[in-house]
Amino acid sequence: MKGASCRGVDRRVLAARIAQDIPEGSYVNLGIGAPTLISNYLPGDLDIVLHTENGLLGMGPEPTAAEVDPDLINAGKLPVTELPGAAYFHHADSFGMMRGGHLDICVLGAFQVSQAGDLANWHTGDAGAVPAVGGAMDLAIGAKQVFVMMDLLGRDGTSKLVAECSYPLTAARCVSRVYTDRAIFDVTRYGLAVIEVLGDSSVEHLREVTGLDLIDAVPKHPAATAVGSAS
Amino acid sequence: MISKVVSDPDDAVSGIEDGSTILMSGFGMAGHPVALIDALLDQGAGDLTVVSNNAGNGDTGLAALLKAGRVRKVICSFPRQSDSWVFDGLYRSGEIELELVPQGNLAERLRAAGAGIGAFYTPTGYGTSVAAGKETRTIGGRGYILEYPLHGDYALIGAFRADRWGNLVYRKTARNFGPVMATAARITVAQVDRVVGLGELDPETVVTPGIFVDRVVATGERHRLHDDVAPAEVAV
Repeated sequence: MKGASCRGVDRRVLAARIAQDIPEGSYVNLGIGAPTLISNYLPGDLDIVLHTENGLLGMGPEPTAAEVDPDLINAGKLPVTELPGAAYFHHADSFGMMRGGHLDICVLGAFQVSQAGDLANWHTGDAGAVPAVGGAMDLAIGAKQVFVMMDLLGRDGTSKLVAECSYPLTAARCVSRVYTDRAIFDVTRYGLAVIEVLGDSSVEHLREVTGLDLIDAVPKHPAATAVGSAS
Repeated sequence: MISKVVSDPDDAVSGIEDGSTILMSGFGMAGHPVALIDALLDQGAGDLTVVSNNAGNGDTGLAALLKAGRVRKVICSFPRQSDSWVFDGLYRSGEIELELVPQGNLAERLRAAGAGIGAFYTPTGYGTSVAAGKETRTIGGRGYILEYPLHGDYALIGAFRADRWGNLVYRKTARNFGPVMATAARITVAQVDRVVGLGELDPETVVTPGIFVDRVVATGERHRLHDDVAPAEVAV
């Protein structure tokens, strides 16, 4: 299907899809906003340990009204719970976990991702905007794998996957995979590779709306698990 | 006999001079030492530099101090929040200075100050606008920026329990910046829910040893149903 009329998948479907790529045993940080939805789709019977930058490993779901505790919040400052096996720690340790390469995966939102894997997600640079970086730069340079979750197109219809970021960078060459409502992309040394098409999109359509030379690495047979060769 | 316990928040913040750099713990309101900041508001010191993760929430704590025009500069990682209207207004009208520091660099600069480190190289921020004007170095093929320690004249921190020697334990994610800030200031002041007898804190669970703490003030239980507090002990 061609043109911007293609329909992608909604955020909950995308969150469920990302959850499938998080293996048991992983230590994972889910960024503020849409990535937080992923926790709803992580199988409860798997040991996947969620990290929150404000000092908790083993973060659990949203509490009931009776369980809300002002001392137990997530990075978005919303109330959460602790799971059996949880551990608390101070901020220098929490960011040592990121910077020191101990986290397996982080999933972040983005304004833009470049074809080289540069990430822009903290500041639009607009005059009058109050800049706020929080833990984004530490996560981006620290986690072993940085996944981005975002819509492929912005509200104005322009692609958020770009040749070069125009917004201020969070970190250079840090993104490994980009999950969008229309496709999943791997950042490779040869450029961006489409590894899975979502909704009624197509690689041709994706090339059209992004204006990028995308590598078609979608497995040709649905049952195949190996990533297809570049075309 | 060592006793760092003072009778009320006003005593706890006495002597803070105009122009001081104040470290304030808290991530949002969790661990934010609101009673100490309220006392600082009454105490009157101004022209302050405040180091805190956020730049105030709602109209209390740091937000109230900002609103009263007592803060010249904020050093923080994440000023912009849904309820940071006080800071946002001052920033947009040019009435307050902001030094934006990535959160891990903020924590590590505080840790370095407390640990006597002269400076350190960090990969966080390399190649971004926060690296502007900073020394850089390539180590093992990776780019780093040089960051300096961040010392406070005073640290105001929120903890859970203390004894008279100033040993502290924290509660859940309210720990956040407290332990590193406690080490990084000339005078560290802790507000805790309750002061317990010497020997009542399990030495294995003390997070901030009393050597880092100068003044302690009890401000009352906040958790009516908390598991380690018998109902009779709870201040309602």
